[in-house]
Amino acid sequence: MSTQYRTMKDVPKEEYLAQGHRLCAGCTAATAIRQILKVSGPNTVVVSATGCVEVATSFFPQSAWRIPWVHVGFVNSAAVASGIESAMKALFRKKKTDEKVNVIALGGDGGTFDIGLQALSGAMERGHDFVYVCYDNEAYMNTGVQRSSATPFCASTTTCPAGKFSRGQSTEKKDLVAIALAHNIPYAATATPAYPFDLMNKVRRAIDVEGPALIHVLTPCPTGWRFEVEKGIDYSKMAVLTGLWPLYEVAKGSMRLTVQVPRREPVKKYLEAQGRFKHLKPEDIEGIQSRADLLAAKYGLGPVKEQV
Amino acid sequence: MARVGLSGNYAIAYAVKMADVDLIAAYPITPQTTIVEKLSDFVANGELNAEYINVESEHSAMSACIGASLTGARVFTATSSQGLAYMHEVLFMASVLRTPIVLANVNRALSAPLNIWNDHSDAMAERDSGWIQFWASSAQEAFDTTVLAFKVAEETRLPVMVNIDGFIVSHTYEPVEMPGEDAIRSFIPSKAMLNRVSPRLSYSTGVVGPPEYYYEMKYQAVDAIERSRERIREMQATYNKAFGRDYGDTYGYFMEDADYALLTMGSMTGTARVVAEKLRSQGEKAGVVSIRTYRPFPSDILERLLRGVKSVGVMDRAVTPGGPVSPLLADLASCLYGFAERPVLQGFVAGLGGRDVTEDEFEMMYSKTKDAGKSGHAGQTVYVGLRE
Amino acid sequence: MSKQNLKGWKEIPEGGMITEPGSSVGFDVQAWRTYRPVMDKSKCTKCGMCWIYCPEGAIKYNADGSYEIDLTYCKGCGICNRTCAVKAISMVKEER
Repeated sequence: MSTQYRTMKDVPKEEYLAQGHRLCAGCTAATAIRQILKVSGPNTVVVSATGCVEVATSFFPQSAWRIPWVHVGFVNSAAVASGIESAMKALFRKKKTDEKVNVIALGGDGGTFDIGLQALSGAMERGHDFVYVCYDNEAYMNTGVQRSSATPFCASTTTCPAGKFSRGQSTEKKDLVAIALAHNIPYAATATPAYPFDLMNKVRRAIDVEGPALIHVLTPCPTGWRFEVEKGIDYSKMAVLTGLWPLYEVAKGSMRLTVQVPRREPVKKYLEAQGRFKHLKPEDIEGIQSRADLLAAKYGLGPVKEQV
Repeated sequence: MARVGLSGNYAIAYAVKMADVDLIAAYPITPQTTIVEKLSDFVANGELNAEYINVESEHSAMSACIGASLTGARVFTATSSQGLAYMHEVLFMASVLRTPIVLANVNRALSAPLNIWNDHSDAMAERDSGWIQFWASSAQEAFDTTVLAFKVAEETRLPVMVNIDGFIVSHTYEPVEMPGEDAIRSFIPSKAMLNRVSPRLSYSTGVVGPPEYYYEMKYQAVDAIERSRERIREMQATYNKAFGRDYGDTYGYFMEDADYALLTMGSMTGTARVVAEKLRSQGEKAGVVSIRTYRPFPSDILERLLRGVKSVGVMDRAVTPGGPVSPLLADLASCLYGFAERPVLQGFVAGLGGRDVTEDEFEMMYSKTKDAGKSGHAGQTVYVGLRE
Repeated sequence: MSKQNLKGWKEIPEGGMITEPGSSVGFDVQAWRTYRPVMDKSKCTKCGMCWIYCPEGAIKYNADGSYEIDLTYCKGCGICNRTCAVKAISMVKEER
């Protein structure tokens, strides 16, 4: 039975993400990583894909990592993690080492949904004992807000900008957890840092499970989504409350909603103050509301609050 | 010492087994595949205690190898042509991150058009990657060079590529003398290297190197491969002594008094030798130089070997379209440029895409090289056997 | 960064590794701030939410169970101000 995090007293106080990293003020990915590393502890190797987190935490000679950390490329965090996991297994078996480590591969949405998908698929299919964490800020934020296949419908990015002939992103984001589950992995879950205990318990379960596990974390980005820097956690919460980001886990094929939303907020409350959605017309908002309603139906969330 | 009939690929597989690697991460591609199939067999039957990762691409193969190498494990992979090209970006990372990976590259032509047969375009495309490159011309050499590669990689902390010609060396069965496993293990002891991803150290590897630092970090790898030159020769000498071989960075055949020489790399050396013997019997002062260590380039040895030679015909099995000359000729010309006395260099491109290079064609190349030597200047690069 | 402090290729760890974990603590992020958080300890219920939400780890946990803002690492984002349930933290314009 995995350790349960129920109250603040249960949360380890050590910081494995050191202060002084260069992530933007208000970056919720930083918050998420702090929470994740408290769960994984010092006996963890993190393999980062190129992206916001990698670049902002490893600018020579400053490293924000208080645990062993590796970055090799954009495409291959899952492949590098596979190599580390298997090599440690071999060395332990051949009595060339006495160490056992948790291996966490960490990629942004770009390095996971797009360029890193193949390596992730391979690593999951092969059954390596590791955790893949995707911190999803819904675009290639590090390089200046270009669209990824995790960019939601109608969001404006620099490579799918809203304009005279464009409504922004024209397709819906891929369902990463569904893709992961298609590989028969024993554990996959969604999370977001506004619900820290939910996130930490899921990370704990992911680490403890034997085999590959995937956590898809929504990490709102004030810079790219264009909202005030102090609102990151507010948006993280609002995504859940509208039903656009259901918090659930799937363990051994069985789905369980972990945060119920008895009365959902209308998506308008989530979309209205984000600069990337300011071009939305009523019909676009209706489209996004239908999607939220579909997700609510699929995952068993409550109905939308009555408008007063 | 056992004497067994082995293909070049199997010779490499046996060398890897005897080296007691800890991890193999590989993706199949013709004509490398029988190496990894043999290794899978060894692992499946408990003859080799290693983790075998069936990666989903060559890019992931090299990436997994880097991850594994960082833990201090002994790591091997094999590829050819498109596979090597697919891992291109990761090769550059492996050298600067100083991961002692051994890669067997079974030389095959790069597409397009699709071609599974032998030429050197794949390895030539990676000559800037910072990898040490050895070239083996027979199954025996393939075995010995692979064993040596592990030692060189771990002592210099640089990745090493062992090249063998696709089908010609990889699939031809030849007698191979294999020392016992104990003898091999005493040359390359099976022990873990530093675990750079140990929580006891908590290092950060693969960092961002801004303009203030990139230059110095890259130079570390340049300096390392330069300094590896002497170390490689020392290790070759140790190997030769232990196992009764005679390996160096180059081979010279009949070079003591040669007037006109042919320079080759890989299995073409064999044909060149046969032709040189024939020419010698006709009174020609022919010689052959074969390069075994391509990176770091053995400039000093080549200069000494070619001193007093009137002309050298350089055989490239790859092209550099739009370049001044083909790759091997470019490297040789550069290393000889600074010397007041140097031979005339005649360029030849032959054997692309597995095209057979015949003894007659070698004789033609010798004859053109001799003409160049007599006249004092070379003609344009000759594309041997090209149909108009 | 003055040029005199920069390491040469012989001194930089092999492979460009950073061998000092958490060396980022030497990087000055205080200059990023326009606003600074101020905690009213009399209102603080010691719930820890500001601590768990801070992207920087700029809120310290003390052995007596109280929380304290460490301005050395604070970028002034204001998440602590937004997430405090009892409004014990307010954002004040930086004077510097």
